[in-house]
Amino acid sequence: MKHIKTMNKANLKESAKKGGCGNCQASCQSACKTSCTVANQKCER
Amino acid sequence: MIHKYKLNGFNIVLDVNSGGVHIVDELTYDLLDNVEPPFEEKCPQKVVEKLSKVYSVEDIESCYDEIVELYNEKILFSEDDYEKYAKYSVASPVKAMCLNIAHDCQLRCKYCFASTGDFGQGRKLMTLETGKNAIDFLLENSGDRKNLELDFFGGEPLMNFKVVKQIVEYARSREAEYNKKFRFTITTNGLLLDDEKIEFINKEMSNVVLSIDGRKEVNDYFRVLPNGQGCYDMILPKYQKLVAGRGDKEYYVRGTFTNKNTDFANDVFALYEAGFDQISIEPVVGEGDEYALTEKDLSVVFKEYENLANRILENEKNGGKFNFFHFMIDLDQGPCAIKRLRGCGCGNDYVAITPDGDIYPCHQFVGMEEYKMGNIDEGTFNQEMKADFANCHVYSKPECRKCWAKFYCSGGCNANNYQYMGDVRSAHKISCELEKKRLECAIMLKAARTFGEQE
Repeated sequence: MKHIKTMNKANLKESAKKGGCGNCQASCQSACKTSCTVANQKCER
Repeated sequence: MIHKYKLNGFNIVLDVNSGGVHIVDELTYDLLDNVEPPFEEKCPQKVVEKLSKVYSVEDIESCYDEIVELYNEKILFSEDDYEKYAKYSVASPVKAMCLNIAHDCQLRCKYCFASTGDFGQGRKLMTLETGKNAIDFLLENSGDRKNLELDFFGGEPLMNFKVVKQIVEYARSREAEYNKKFRFTITTNGLLLDDEKIEFINKEMSNVVLSIDGRKEVNDYFRVLPNGQGCYDMILPKYQKLVAGRGDKEYYVRGTFTNKNTDFANDVFALYEAGFDQISIEPVVGEGDEYALTEKDLSVVFKEYENLANRILENEKNGGKFNFFHFMIDLDQGPCAIKRLRGCGCGNDYVAITPDGDIYPCHQFVGMEEYKMGNIDEGTFNQEMKADFANCHVYSKPECRKCWAKFYCSGGCNANNYQYMGDVRSAHKISCELEKKRLECAIMLKAARTFGEQE
């Protein structure tokens, strides 16, 4: 494309279909203990 | 919904519902102000006429085609169809626990949210018996969750180190029987670290959070002993020793910044220069607190996050590397959309336990009587409150529903919402503004690393 460069393989929709196993880390347990930055958590699958 | 912004020479467009991120030229940036679905086959004449004052008709039309192509690929203006998943947000097994092993602390940090360690409840240490009951509670209530998380928190958890060790030993002894894996973490102020504790932490704790505020003068202004003495020189060598023996296990040096050091990029780099490469610096938020950031601080803090991002890029260009917690973002393989609907899971799959065995939705709720959920030793647990927290997601929070950042912060901190807005479902504006700025910087950093710096 000439005008737009897409940066990632966006997969939020796909992740919803097979997601929700609940085995990933509780975000507040990581480094912050105050605010929630969830998008930097790892998927366990 | 899309969110577009300019930062550091990049025109960035986030497609909120797919997570797609696009770097666009000026024409696209302007065209996106003028078009939205449903799309026609050709760019509407009215729009072409408007933009043709600046851009060529041929470019406008080809740009329009690109927008439509991405729309058809469902990575631009994609539909928000996640609410149906939120409706399944029923109570989950409890799989994570913050164990306030010591409601006591040797420090008198000026910004402490826990009333210098005792959460306003008197100085107490958790007994082994209550600790074992907490482990049993987690084993019994975790359903099919294999990974169980236990964070030793306080106060200062090393003030009750003997019980920490005993609880770890007890939990490990029950893993096989329940087919579970405990992941222990600990948050410490460092004062009591010695070789024995460092060795234990590096063996047993999957993550360790080491509190320190960055520059010595900042740390020693806020993190003080009761006699007013700063603790920097007491803790820094211990942290360096711990990290040196850590191997590839996770750790964070974790500081706090306030309205007194809005130049906190200097604190991040002070920690980096002291030899750490996993760094988190958090803002103090609140309403009416002496050191909390307020709306009038925001523009300065925003600039400082941008400054930090630029300094990180500069450092990387010179071969340096470290992680800043809030700029870490995985645009390809991050958490699933379901996880993103309700974030931390407090009060539902995550709870905090006090030395008295009282259960709260998380450590930030400790001491708020109205949010006491039960007691470990007495075997009580308020399922109604748990169900209410399970239903606390981005679609049940009015401001979050329409926010572009909802799948990155997942509804923010429920405790902050309650403390400062009076309702767990009412977003705390300053926290939101800070979070959005950090996200914008995080995405820009990704763009800069992927495409190089913009001219």
